Amino acid sequence: MIIIVDYGLGNIGSIENMISHIGLPAQISNDPLKISEAKALILPGVGKFDQGITNLEENISFKKALITSVLEKKAPILGICLGMQLMCKTSEEGNKLGLGWIDATVKKFPPEVGKIPHMGWREVSVIDNNNKIKSNELSSDGRFYFVHSYFVECHNTQDVWMKANYGINFVAAFQKENITGVQFHPEKSHRYGINFFKNYFNQIL
Amino acid sequence: MTPRLIPILLLTNNGLVKTLNFQSPRYVGDPINAVKIFNTKEVDELVFLDISKERHSDGPNYQQIKEIASEAFMPFGYGGGITTLQQAEKIFSIGVEKIIINSSFWANPRLVSSIAEKFGEQSVVVSIDVKKKMFGGYSVFSHSGNINVTLSPLEAALKAEEYGAGEIILNSIDKDGTLSGYDLDLIKSVATHLKIPLVASGGGSSIENFKEALNAGADALAAGAFFVFHGKHKAILITYPNVKL
Repeated sequence: MIIIVDYGLGNIGSIENMISHIGLPAQISNDPLKISEAKALILPGVGKFDQGITNLEENISFKKALITSVLEKKAPILGICLGMQLMCKTSEEGNKLGLGWIDATVKKFPPEVGKIPHMGWREVSVIDNNNKIKSNELSSDGRFYFVHSYFVECHNTQDVWMKANYGINFVAAFQKENITGVQFHPEKSHRYGINFFKNYFNQIL
Repeated sequence: MTPRLIPILLLTNNGLVKTLNFQSPRYVGDPINAVKIFNTKEVDELVFLDISKERHSDGPNYQQIKEIASEAFMPFGYGGGITTLQQAEKIFSIGVEKIIINSSFWANPRLVSSIAEKFGEQSVVVSIDVKKKMFGGYSVFSHSGNINVTLSPLEAALKAEEYGAGEIILNSIDKDGTLSGYDLDLIKSVATHLKIPLVASGGGSSIENFKEALNAGADALAAGAFFVFHGKHKAILITYPNVKL
């Protein structure tokens, strides 16, 4: 079972709709038992960094289950948008410490890049390394829907999976061992998003 | 980035309608069917606005939103009858990306701040409906164009930005449904002063119109009649052209 982690923030309904559309079993849950036994996890999120961390930490057994699942059992986890940013160490959006699973910081787009939030469809460039999930089934004209005011900067270049540019280059996706994060919304990127999820789950499940 | 081209679809309890100058709603089809068409056409984004005169006692029509969300594999915004943070929370959890606030903002601007604080600025849009004044200039109206808010479009947009809106939809009531091109002066009067994206709405009916609106300062383009009517007799045809802007 794929568990979509429900911590009270974000468009969890969209992700569930998309995964059932591609024919995989998914469930929205905040149950520590289900999280610790999940075959794969999705950490969604639309919202503020500090609010996200606060919600994750509110229930100790919940956070513990998430950490056990990801760091000990190495269950594959996909962070989407804020979910990706929460996996980083710190964010300029808040004062709280992130989960720190990826050596990265979250920064605010400087005003000179243009209107903020960065909102709309953008092509990404894939950087395929040996340790990454293969992107072979992502079409070359793939474009994804972004909506964010803060972006991820990886300190370790091997972790970078996809890049995009909005005035400045930023990390559109990272991937390290069982931990993957995407800044865009694959659940809202119709054909390209469907391909993304199929490709991802084909390789991790 | 290619500017977003966004169909705005008007909901009632009986299905989709299209208006002319905010009047005379004409039935144009079933919302789920429309979403399926827009999925295959790979639409950039969708906006649904519920313009029903009669509301459910608990606010928005959640069942209808849920049916739409389960088919919408593109970003979509929803507006109509949202007056509380709790209603917004419920709509987000169903799978809607953006909450669109119009009439409630003028009565209770803090509603927009509270949504932005919890879900981020990008998740809350303020929709501003504008009418030309008889002796020049523009005024903002709420409640489907019925109540004069007595703010200029720029004052209204800046107020929305100040209270945490992540985006503005600027809608010309005079242009609504006319397929006669955007009100470029209206767009110009607001666009350059905003830090957040501006979506132009009302009158768009061709690639030329879209380009004019972008040149006037719009960041994204919305249209209604353009996506649901075809030909000079306005036959109903829901479609999304492959436009390169």
